[in-house]
Amino acid sequence: MSIIIKTSSDIKASEITPKSVYMDRRRFMKQAFASSLLLATDAMLPAWAKRWPDLEASQFNASDKLTPFENVTSYNNFYELGTGKKDPASNASMFNPEPWSIAVEGECNKPGVFNLEDFIKPYALQEYIYRLRCVEGWSMVIPWVGFSLADMLKQFEPNSNAKYVEFTTLLDKSRLPGQARRVLNWPYVEGLRIDEAMNPLPIMAVGLYGDILPSQNGAPIRLVVPWKYGFKSIKSIVKIRFTETQPKATWNERAPEEYGFYSNVNPEVDHPRWSQKTERRIGEPFWKPKHKTQMFNGYGEQVAHLYAGMDLVKYF
Amino acid sequence: MPVSPPDKTISFVIKPVLFLLCLLPLGVLVWAVFNDMLGANPAERLTRETGEWTLRFLLITLAVTPVRKLLRSPWLIKLRRMLGLYVFFYASIHMLTYIWFDQFFDVDEIIRDVIKRPFITVGFLAFILLIPLVLTSTNKMIRRLKKNWVKLHKLIYVIAVLAILHFFWLVKADYQELIVYGLILLLLLFYRLYQQRKKGVY
Ligand code: HEM
Repeated sequence: MSIIIKTSSDIKASEITPKSVYMDRRRFMKQAFASSLLLATDAMLPAWAKRWPDLEASQFNASDKLTPFENVTSYNNFYELGTGKKDPASNASMFNPEPWSIAVEGECNKPGVFNLEDFIKPYALQEYIYRLRCVEGWSMVIPWVGFSLADMLKQFEPNSNAKYVEFTTLLDKSRLPGQARRVLNWPYVEGLRIDEAMNPLPIMAVGLYGDILPSQNGAPIRLVVPWKYGFKSIKSIVKIRFTETQPKATWNERAPEEYGFYSNVNPEVDHPRWSQKTERRIGEPFWKPKHKTQMFNGYGEQVAHLYAGMDLVKYF
Repeated sequence: MPVSPPDKTISFVIKPVLFLLCLLPLGVLVWAVFNDMLGANPAERLTRETGEWTLRFLLITLAVTPVRKLLRSPWLIKLRRMLGLYVFFYASIHMLTYIWFDQFFDVDEIIRDVIKRPFITVGFLAFILLIPLVLTSTNKMIRRLKKNWVKLHKLIYVIAVLAILHFFWLVKADYQELIVYGLILLLLLFYRLYQQRKKGVY
């Protein structure tokens, strides 16, 4: 491991990214994206990769200060692109999310396989500013671009056997080179109880900061479940399955005593390695005190009723 | 057979150069802090870098004996105390980054953490065990403790194993780096066993 590797993208941690800056970056990313596909012009970008300058804000938008774009896109847990925090950003160019299709399977009336463009076409994209709390004790505030998971799932008409929804990440070590090493049991799988999935909060995200999702953040489409630890928000999804039994979620299978199936953000239940009482807000000066972690990451009003009567220490 | 450099060269050239060299990792870190170059999570980065340097200095210190035998340069032993003290130096900074930027000097919370989180417990134990070694590192203490000094300083092996355990319990899934450090420690420990065998201790 190196002592300190620095890149020009490391920035003053304390500022919100002003719009003009990310508009510039957007231009740069567009170029990077186009060149990664060996395309020369904007017009040839896939239609779904349109930029979204002025989206309607979701009703649940957090009022917290946004985490700078640079931090959101350079500090990631995405083991498919490497286990170091900076690896996913460094290896991002190896992952080309084109072409992309999503299979919908299981207990529903309208299963099918869709290319990404058709998959997201029915929905009006919105901006969702959500807090993201990682199980490792840090958090971010990210302006996602996406649409309601519930709206999407309903399109496929889940039947009465659909008790859970299972999501699967792409399995392809030529595109996700981190899968060449068996640090986790690939492909990455996550799941939600159907009532959790039908809550208005979770979204399918296709972008952040008004732009398409960078590879390191789970391009081209990912889940965002803001009241659960970040690892539940599975990236680069290729399969969605309605199931009757609880899905075998990757981290839960790997270390059930550390990572529960529910993994709701809960300051009262510590992880053996990390205290969950407080969190470091990425982007704030590191010598400033940490934030107190809130029950359900502050989304209790929307989701606490899902767990009425459940022992959240047992079902952590 | 390689010759030993003159005492004066050791005292006035080699040791000062080594002293500064050992400060370099800290210098780089401090420089990086002031230039905002520690990435998105500088606190974590500081704790990790200093933790890793503590472990590296520990392994370097343990390597002095085999290296001086291998290179037939007994004088290298004169550098070992400084290297050992640097283990403590980096361990102290490592712990300070945790006490400061993780816990913000909240003593109750720190005590709870040391008791509750196994990897912190083990790291803390390793740190505590370093203290008697530091206190008995002077020439006077070496002379006074005689054979017991050697016995006492065998603690360094316990500390090294605790350090690896500390690292092991911290890793989520990717053990690659840990395995490299672990193998180096095993090699150094086997070397000692082998030497003892040769001397007929077993
Ligand atoms: C001889 C003593 C010690 C050694 C050799 C040591 C070594 C290490 C190493 C190698 C790491 C992992 C770095 C990485 O992941 O790259 C680490 C992490 C860590 N150590 Fe230690 N350590 C020692 C003592 C302590 C003590 C006394 C504490 C606190 C009471 C402590 C707290 C931590 C913490 C909190 C981390 C995790 C940083 C993070 O992931 O955020 N260590 N240490």
